[in-house]
Parts: sequence; structure tokens; C-alpha cells
Amino acid sequence: MEEVKLLGFWPSSFVYRVIWALKLKGVKFDYIEEDLSNKSELLLQYNPVRKNVPVLVHGGKSIAESLVILEYIEETWPQNPLLPKDPHEKALARFWMQFGVDKIRPAIFAYFRAIGEEGEKAKEFQEVLKIVEKQGLGDQKFFGGDNTIGLVDIAFGMLAYWLECIEEVVGVKVLEASSLPRLHAWAQNFKQVPVVKDNLPDRGKLLAHYKHSREKLILAASSSQ
Amino acid sequence: MAEQNKVILYGTWTSPYVKRVELALKVKGIRYEYVEEDLRNKSPLLLTFNPIHKKVPVLVHNGKAIVESLVIIEYIDETWKTGPQLLPEDPYKRSQIRFWASYMQQVSEAMVLVIKTIGEAQEKAIKEVSEKVKLLEAGLKGLFPDGIPSVHEYSKNVTLLDLVILAHFGGYEAQEEVLGLKLIDSEKTPLVVSCITALIEIPAVKESLNPLEKVVAFLKFFRENALKSATA
Repeated sequence: MEEVKLLGFWPSSFVYRVIWALKLKGVKFDYIEEDLSNKSELLLQYNPVRKNVPVLVHGGKSIAESLVILEYIEETWPQNPLLPKDPHEKALARFWMQFGVDKIRPAIFAYFRAIGEEGEKAKEFQEVLKIVEKQGLGDQKFFGGDNTIGLVDIAFGMLAYWLECIEEVVGVKVLEASSLPRLHAWAQNFKQVPVVKDNLPDRGKLLAHYKHSREKLILAASSSQ
Repeated sequence: MAEQNKVILYGTWTSPYVKRVELALKVKGIRYEYVEEDLRNKSPLLLTFNPIHKKVPVLVHNGKAIVESLVIIEYIDETWKTGPQLLPEDPYKRSQIRFWASYMQQVSEAMVLVIKTIGEAQEKAIKEVSEKVKLLEAGLKGLFPDGIPSVHEYSKNVTLLDLVILAHFGGYEAQEEVLGLKLIDSEKTPLVVSCITALIEIPAVKESLNPLEKVVAFLKFFRENALKSATA
């Protein structure tokens, strides 16, 4: 078996997508923690284009971009499939992963960076999540089906754990049982999946990390007034 | 039986994202019906098939809709085994093609900025395109260590990435005419240029290209409009 390495950064939910996928497939790998404020030669060598994590290195060949990595993992280790077989169902799964990039990510960004408009941005973010809940999840327990998680669940994992810390730091809730009951239930169920439960960053550390980032933003906003 | 395997593509002729899908269908020899959408007056069918984004391209196959250009092309590749395989078998090669195809999004956004701006803003955008295309060139070097194959070889081995590059850069002559500058050229980006030049010779591709004057007229209009609303 060729060596598998994962370059990561402990607070990154993108990195955890790859960790969960590798563990679900039973793939052994070496994890290398990167300091993104002081990028290693290794990182710059393996991801010269984007210079970020996660980067998967398999048999010396590197793959960057978490969604590209997830597809690579799915194709290289087909056991415990994480994508539907049917081409149309597969296309739907890929649609939702792309939706995460095009709609969820900017909404989270805007919400986290909102100084003085937290309520407004939280509402906009909620509207995006309503679409996900209604059209993506529907009545299923997971995006992958009633009994099994798939790549879409993995891609949306940040909503189930990281978002709680962000909500605490921003001070306005977004994913509430009252307004997004099924998605909220999904988040609780997702966190209980053994591979996820056993592989999450420390909550206290994550909270402190987000607090620090947001404080920097607030400082920058007030000094520019 | 008439509905079996019926393929409809909803698009607009000016969208490179639609072009990507069109090229995939053509290169694989798939028969389809094309519906030109007026994005200022979207058809009820478009809104039914893409209720979330309400955008083109949308591919409808046997009544089921698929959206997002790269998702559509992967679907096409998995469903029709005719013509070239747009994503190779090897997972690593697939990952490289997917990586660069998704990187083209950034290149495309920077290119649009060049068209929509003047002066300092445009200079900044031009610089960005130049840096990104340089990286793309390096990426292509990795994928084609022996250079771009002959047209004949290429037509059998066209990939998703080739189609994406062609969709965005195929109109490079029109871009040059309207902007008065080159975003790609055979000196700085030889692989990108040879890729496009070879692809354009494939008959299925040639017939899908828009006439130069039409593209020039559209780009001029698009640029004028953007500059007008910028100063308004």
C-alpha cells in the first residue's frame, strides 16, 4: 500500500472532510499539522497553486482542494461508497457540494464578518440553509440517505459543529430547531456518527480560535472608521 | 419511445458555461435539442428545471434536470460511452483535471473583470489574469509533458479540462479585437494556445464556434454596458 499523507490545519473543517472520508474507508494515513501563518516548504511544494490545506499526498503525488480530494478518495478506495451509483443521483450530490461552495460559504463569510449587521446576515444565511433543508435534505435523516452518510453530509459537516462555535462568537443563532427543524436534527445525528464523533477539533480551542479571529475583525473595522 | 434518451440543453449563446456543456455533447456525438433562453425573461421551463439557481446551462435528460456545468459534463461522461472519455480512468489524472477545471473559474472571473473595466482597475485585472494563466500553463505542462498531441490523437483524447479552456478562451481573437490586448499568446502561454488551436480543428468543435463578428459585437456591447453602469 502506498503511503498516504494529509497536510492539515487543526481548526479547518475542510481538512476534517478528508479525515472523515479516509477513516470511513479504513485508509491509514499520516497527518501533518501545518502552521498557515508560516507555511512549510512541504506545503508549498505539494500545493504551489493555492498554498493551502487540505492536501492529500498518495504515493508521492499530491491532490489539493477538498472536494477534488473527496472524489479522489471515493474513486481510489471504493469500499464503503460515499456517492450514489446512479448517474443522476450522483449529479444531485455533486450539485449540493457545489452549492456549498457557491452559496453556503459566502453566506457564512458575510455572517462572520458582519460588524453591526449580524442579525441581517444571519437571516440571509438562514434563507440559504432553508433551501438546503427543503430541497437537499427533504425527509431523509442524512443527505446520503436514511441510514448512511455520504459526501454531501461530509461536505456540510461544518454546519453541524463549527457553526455552533461561530454562532457563540457572533452572538446570533442561525441553525435553530425552531426555524430549521430537519437540518438541526441532521446536525445532531451527524455529530453522533462514530467516525465524526471521534474526529472533531477540541471545542474550547475552536471557540478561542474564532473569538480571536473575530476580535481582529472588529478591531480592523473600528480603526477604519 | 420518442421520449427515451431525449436530451435538451437550455442555454444562452454568450455563456462560456453553456459552451462547456455544448462542446461536451458535440464531441461525444450526442443528439440534443437546444433551447436559447432570454435571461431577462426566463422561460417557465427553465424555472421548473432549475428552481434554485434559475440559471443556464441546464441539461434535461429523460425529463430529469442536471445543473452546474462541470456536474453536467461528468454526468454526460458517465452516461454516454460514445466519443472520447472526458475524464480518464486513472483517479490521479481525474483529480488533476478536476482541479484545473475548477481553477478555470478564477481565471474566468478575472477575464470578465478585464472586459468590464478600464484604467487602473483594468491593469490590475490584466495582471491577475496573467498570473493565473501562467499557473494554468504550468498545470498543462504537468498534464502534457510531451506537448499537445496532434489533432487526430487529441480528438480521441479530449478531456473535460480541454473543453473548459476552449469555452473560455476559444473566443480569444474577439477578445483581442475588443480589448486591443492579448490575454493569451504563443510566447507566454504556448500550451494554452496550442491546446485551443488543436481543439478548434476537431470538426465537432469547429461547427459549434460562434462567428467572430457576432462575438466581437457582443463583447463590445457587454463592455460598454459595464462601463456605463460603473460610472452611473
